Amino acid sequence: MHTKTLTELRAGLAAREFSSRELTEHFLRRIRQFDGELNSLITVTEEQALAQADAADATLARGEGGLLTGLPVAHKDIFCTEGVRTSCGSRMLDNFIAPYTATVVEKMAAQGAVMLGKTNMDEFAMGSSNETSFYGPVKNPWDQERVPGGSSGGAAATLAARLAPAATGTDTGGSIRQPAALNGVTGLKPTYGRVSRWGMIAFASSLDQAGPMGLSAADCALMLAAMAGHDDKDSTSLDEPVGDYLSDLNQNLEGLRIGVPEEFFPDTLDNAIAENSRDALRELEKQGAKLVPLSLPSIKLSVPAYYVIAPAEASSNLSRFDGVRYGHRCDDPVDLLDLYKRSRSEGFGEEVKRRILVGTYALSAGYYDAYYRRAQQVRRLIRDDFARAFAEVDVIMGPTSPETAFKIGAKVDDPINMYMADVFTIAVNLAGLPALSMPSGFVNGLPVGTQVIGNYFQEGRILNVAHRYQLATDWHQRIPGAFA
Amino acid sequence: MAIDSKVVAQVAHLACLQVDDNETAALSERLNDILAMVDQLQQANVDGVAPLAHPLDVSQPLRDDQVTEPDVRERVMPIAPATEEGCFLVPRVIE
Repeated sequence: MHTKTLTELRAGLAAREFSSRELTEHFLRRIRQFDGELNSLITVTEEQALAQADAADATLARGEGGLLTGLPVAHKDIFCTEGVRTSCGSRMLDNFIAPYTATVVEKMAAQGAVMLGKTNMDEFAMGSSNETSFYGPVKNPWDQERVPGGSSGGAAATLAARLAPAATGTDTGGSIRQPAALNGVTGLKPTYGRVSRWGMIAFASSLDQAGPMGLSAADCALMLAAMAGHDDKDSTSLDEPVGDYLSDLNQNLEGLRIGVPEEFFPDTLDNAIAENSRDALRELEKQGAKLVPLSLPSIKLSVPAYYVIAPAEASSNLSRFDGVRYGHRCDDPVDLLDLYKRSRSEGFGEEVKRRILVGTYALSAGYYDAYYRRAQQVRRLIRDDFARAFAEVDVIMGPTSPETAFKIGAKVDDPINMYMADVFTIAVNLAGLPALSMPSGFVNGLPVGTQVIGNYFQEGRILNVAHRYQLATDWHQRIPGAFA
Repeated sequence: MAIDSKVVAQVAHLACLQVDDNETAALSERLNDILAMVDQLQQANVDGVAPLAHPLDVSQPLRDDQVTEPDVRERVMPIAPATEEGCFLVPRVIE
């Protein structure tokens, strides 16, 4: 059952080939068997999963059901789940039992999804390798000496090892797409505001966006249909009609204009990675798409702009962790300031502290104009570059990541090098656009992903392009040998 | 705009983080690396460009000034590290 896509499992449940309980037990067994070595889940919610599965079976027996009835899903441990620890990969929240449930989780549950557990992640989603997690690094199922990417690395590894058929992720600078690429799975970051952020622990609020991760574009379409929509509880969620993602999937690509920015294929890019993405472009050309060379000159400044805006917003968001209302509290504080300082210093890991310091510095008196204001101005230039491009093309494509999965430990002492892992994904967050990463082959036995970026609210179009590509290729069906 | 150990200590204080003296030198080096990378922003010509706070230029919606939140005291107090009679406990602030 674990080699099937979510779409196939849904059909299997509908035809009563197997029950949700059988399906759920199968994945729980795989988690018990393999997760010890991979470390891709922080919490497994076995009892709750089986109860949800039984309820789903009863619904299905009545001939009813929603988009996800009876289908197992693993949620990133950044989404609050009532009564279940929600750690965000941090010691700060190791003892945090969420008193409420995130909208994303609630909406998927309302469509009948079964929650298997909570996936590992970089602490507070700050990282591109899953090595900043308080719960230890996640291993890449394709090569266990390597990282799965991050921050949704646990989700991507869970999928690649077929420990769950579907997962949720969040993406602030590439945290869905980069791990999707490094694990050979498909992941979509929707338009900023498309999916509610309520109950999703905040990192950088103007960039954070939740999205689906799965084994195919069709699976992501199914999940997005359940996740998307306006939410009164998130004031940045947009009141736009949700697309018919499943019906859009099969459109043909005749006349599709694909923008190919020179900035996504710089001279410094590994030739094998560049060739891989060009192969994907050629496949789409065969299906009737037209390639349009273009330039997005300002995106070369996206990494520096991001490393002002994201830490600035993080320093503000993470000020809520004070050892008073929830989360870690130090022992025997001598006074209030000591309580704050020691609780925070003990609760946060190194990378999180580094980003809080950078953000605090960038926002402090005298530096605001030089850093934050300027970064927000550059952000507009980047958005305007995309707007000009989308007047000429339907989607923009290139490699998702400049490299395949790197060795665990290779970059932990070199933050700047680590930040460059997201060089092709960050601009999309700054502009608030939707983008997807799809498996497009292998380099030296490791998966490579190609990114498809769309205009605002064009999730249906992006999923359609990826689906048509996946009808013609089988990269997304490959399973790492040890987990077949 | 290089930052030294003294600035690190100041910023750490603003951020309510405790940084030990033996950490500040290494930390300031790391932060300087990050700020040097970020300084590429100075190359950009941003004359007359308005800062972008929201990618879709949407502003925060206003709602009617009515109580919409339920009382959640019973649900949120049990997860606090120290409480008494419905209040959060902290070290004595006023002598």
